[in-house]
Amino acid sequence: MRHLLSTKDVTRDEAIALLDIAEDMADVANREVKKLPTLRGKTVVNLFFEDSTRTRVSFEVAAKRLSADVINFSAKGSSISKGESLKDTAQTLAAMGADAVVIRHSASGAPRVLADSGWIDAGIVNAGDGTHEHPTQALLDAFTIRRRLHGSGARGKALDGVTVTLVGDILHSRVARSNIWLLTTLGAAVSLVAPATLLPVSTTGWPVSVSYDLDAAIDSGPDVVMMLRIQAERMNAAFFPNAREYSRQWGLDDERVARLPAASIVMHPGPMNRGLEISANAADSAQSTVLEQVANGVSIRMAVLYQLLSGSAA
Amino acid sequence: MTARTVLQQADIARALTRISHEILESNRGSSGLVLLGIPTRGVLLAQRIGAILDSIEPGAGTVGALDVTMYRDDLAKNPTRAPNPTDIPADGIDGKTVILVDDVLYSGRTIRGALDALSDIGRPRAVRLAVLVDRGHRELPIRADFVGKNLPTSVEERIFVRLLETDGIDEVAIE
Amino acid sequence: MSVLAGSIKIVGATLPDGTTTDLFVDGGVFAGEASTGSTTTIDAAGLIALPGLVDLHTHLREPGFEQSETVLTGSRAAAIGGFTAVFAMANTLPVQDTAGVVEQVQSLGELHGYVTVRPVGAVTAGLAGERLSEIGAMAQSRAQVRVFSDDGQCVSDALLMRRALEYVKTFGGVVAQHAQDPRLTMGAQMNEGALSGELGLAGWPAVAEESIIARDVLLAQHVGARLHVCHVSTAGSVEVIRWAKARGVDVTAEVTPHHLLLTEQLAVGYDSRFKVNPPLRREEDVLALRAALADGTIDIVATDHAPHPVEAKDCAWDEAANGMVGLESALSVVHAAVVESGQLGWADIARVFSSKPAQIGRLAGYDAPFSTGSAANFTLYDPSATRVFSTGDLRGKSLNSPYLGRELPGRVIATIHNGYPTVLDGELVDAETVAKEASHG
Repeated sequence: MRHLLSTKDVTRDEAIALLDIAEDMADVANREVKKLPTLRGKTVVNLFFEDSTRTRVSFEVAAKRLSADVINFSAKGSSISKGESLKDTAQTLAAMGADAVVIRHSASGAPRVLADSGWIDAGIVNAGDGTHEHPTQALLDAFTIRRRLHGSGARGKALDGVTVTLVGDILHSRVARSNIWLLTTLGAAVSLVAPATLLPVSTTGWPVSVSYDLDAAIDSGPDVVMMLRIQAERMNAAFFPNAREYSRQWGLDDERVARLPAASIVMHPGPMNRGLEISANAADSAQSTVLEQVANGVSIRMAVLYQLLSGSAA
Repeated sequence: MTARTVLQQADIARALTRISHEILESNRGSSGLVLLGIPTRGVLLAQRIGAILDSIEPGAGTVGALDVTMYRDDLAKNPTRAPNPTDIPADGIDGKTVILVDDVLYSGRTIRGALDALSDIGRPRAVRLAVLVDRGHRELPIRADFVGKNLPTSVEERIFVRLLETDGIDEVAIE
Repeated sequence: MSVLAGSIKIVGATLPDGTTTDLFVDGGVFAGEASTGSTTTIDAAGLIALPGLVDLHTHLREPGFEQSETVLTGSRAAAIGGFTAVFAMANTLPVQDTAGVVEQVQSLGELHGYVTVRPVGAVTAGLAGERLSEIGAMAQSRAQVRVFSDDGQCVSDALLMRRALEYVKTFGGVVAQHAQDPRLTMGAQMNEGALSGELGLAGWPAVAEESIIARDVLLAQHVGARLHVCHVSTAGSVEVIRWAKARGVDVTAEVTPHHLLLTEQLAVGYDSRFKVNPPLRREEDVLALRAALADGTIDIVATDHAPHPVEAKDCAWDEAANGMVGLESALSVVHAAVVESGQLGWADIARVFSSKPAQIGRLAGYDAPFSTGSAANFTLYDPSATRVFSTGDLRGKSLNSPYLGRELPGRVIATIHNGYPTVLDGELVDAETVAKEASHG
């Protein structure tokens, strides 16, 4: 694996291999010495054009557990024009000898541009690009689902037959896109629930079913309900009337959680708007995997960095 | 290249039995012994040795697996390898005598990685090394304590250890 | 016309109607027979003689954005593409919204002489969409502006558009509308559809173009004015224009070469060379545009040549500028899109690339090509050539061509502007010689 830009490019075997490696990485976290020498001498740059402390720290911990050197490069608020700074920054990092660049950017496709540009010859990891994809989030979600379903016997398994319902701002969600591709590659059946204003105008070619009715979706008893964050700026752009109406129609409130089968799990990529898309009880219930998702994020990112940075360039 | 079988099923069984007896002898019994096989075939050999130990002194063969992929010093020179699970017995390795088990001892780099990995997991009382075949050409100051067969080879030759569980046959061949 | 220009003899050229003939140029116009002192002879065996191409939609960027293009470099790009006249869009800095600026652009064109440069005047002052610019002054200036456009911006206010249509009519001009509802396309990055959803790029819905065109044709009919629709890009727009023409609305429309050949699929790699406004559309749209050009619903091809410096494209898609250069490749691209398929013949090419755009822009001298006494503006095109298009084929200042690395048919061998050559043997005549020829006019 040269880069990780999109889960659409990831095959089923590659995905299972990544999840399996993440299982080994998770074991390391339980040891007294939580560190492996694997990437000693490698340099990983966290290139964040957009703030995200959670994702950056997760990648930082992952790289450090593998003994890589980590450089955090926050390019936000740079005085250079935005366009210039991607190219200039990439060339600067290339000159410094970065082996991998973990990039978060507000523009969809920026990691792909970086990978194809020839400005830098490092492995590129997409840590969230605009409204496009967030592949490591989807991998950690798949990992979390697999662990909940199969426990310690999860190695080698996919998600065949698992039903997953994604609820909320599909249109702007990079988490949703990455999950749609990855989960279906792994054999899960994905359905989307959102108001029409927060769905793409066409989902032709997407391997999903689409509906507007969360109650019907809940009553169908999905194995997984994944709630997506509603960004504050959407509320001012007439995508829906107001927070109260959104919450009533598409929020996972206590009553809806109670109607879910006991074995169903509730996921959220965080940070959560408690009381808007998810109630506090739902977020803190035994069915919620919110904290596991955070812990699993480190294991998945270790697996991704290992796959990108070990091995001769094939 | 022509293949030449140097150890057959009976030879392998005999070698493992002898190694088992040597382990018990050097350890003055079976107390505190932990066998850690290095994936993939080292794990199978460790399980076989564990079974033999068990038959001599019931309860003697505590067996686990120690993957060294993440500790290799040649990761950047070879295609990416998928790591194997590491399985440390519940009691851990602190204060134990760890017998590392591998199929072939060659440069010694795998064993160096294994020693690094062990030190991240705990602090054994002693670490010993058992291998089915020692083919020479060491690149590090490492030697085996228990050897099934010494096989002087040239660097051009390749050694294949095949075991029933993975290859359908027990044999060691040179090609 | 240029009385001192040398005479030229073209031997064995194939005219758009398929007949083969010799052509004689003397004193800037077509002559009935060879002059006694012919200085230049061009063997045109196997070459098609097309009337000089006229681009109703070019961005020359001067004044204000000379790092992208100048009147000189844009004129050279036009000449190598077979053009003898271009209409220079108004979004310069300062904007071409006063007589002074349009006269300056016009005289720069005359000075360099590669092509006739006709400035387009802004519809609204500063392209701000608030009040009309000095349309009368520009129309009556030495530049005699007849095409008015806020291109790059849509005249979205319905009342202002109505006034513009009426006021421009007063001076015999035409409003060329960039049809794009601004609210429906806020932050838009590419054609809205399944692909934009997958790529996470904000969608530019076809309806944002079609609704403006529908409104404008109704307005044009209501006030009895002439309307020209810039860069039509969707199948739905074609239907609206076809309906309007059937109703007798005085509307004309253009399509760009890139909308005839390229589709939105090119956005998949986020290569910003394919980012343009209006965006590349679906295959169905491309096919509808080709058919509309063939049946006359769309009147002309215009390049929307939009040069940008490297840094405007060397960045993420969202941050990249809209636009592609197109003058150098236009004829080859249209050749590939609609001539090779048999939808248009060379006589149609002469119409959509020369006589009709000249007529829409009220540019004299293009109504009777190749006839004795008419201005000698033409190009010799080798339809059998093929080439892998590369930066070496570009003559403007900017390299943002979507065709780099793509095999294209045909090649311009010679271009004659007002009786003197601007391109010979497939290469530009040097600027000094061209300027000298032009100054004799």
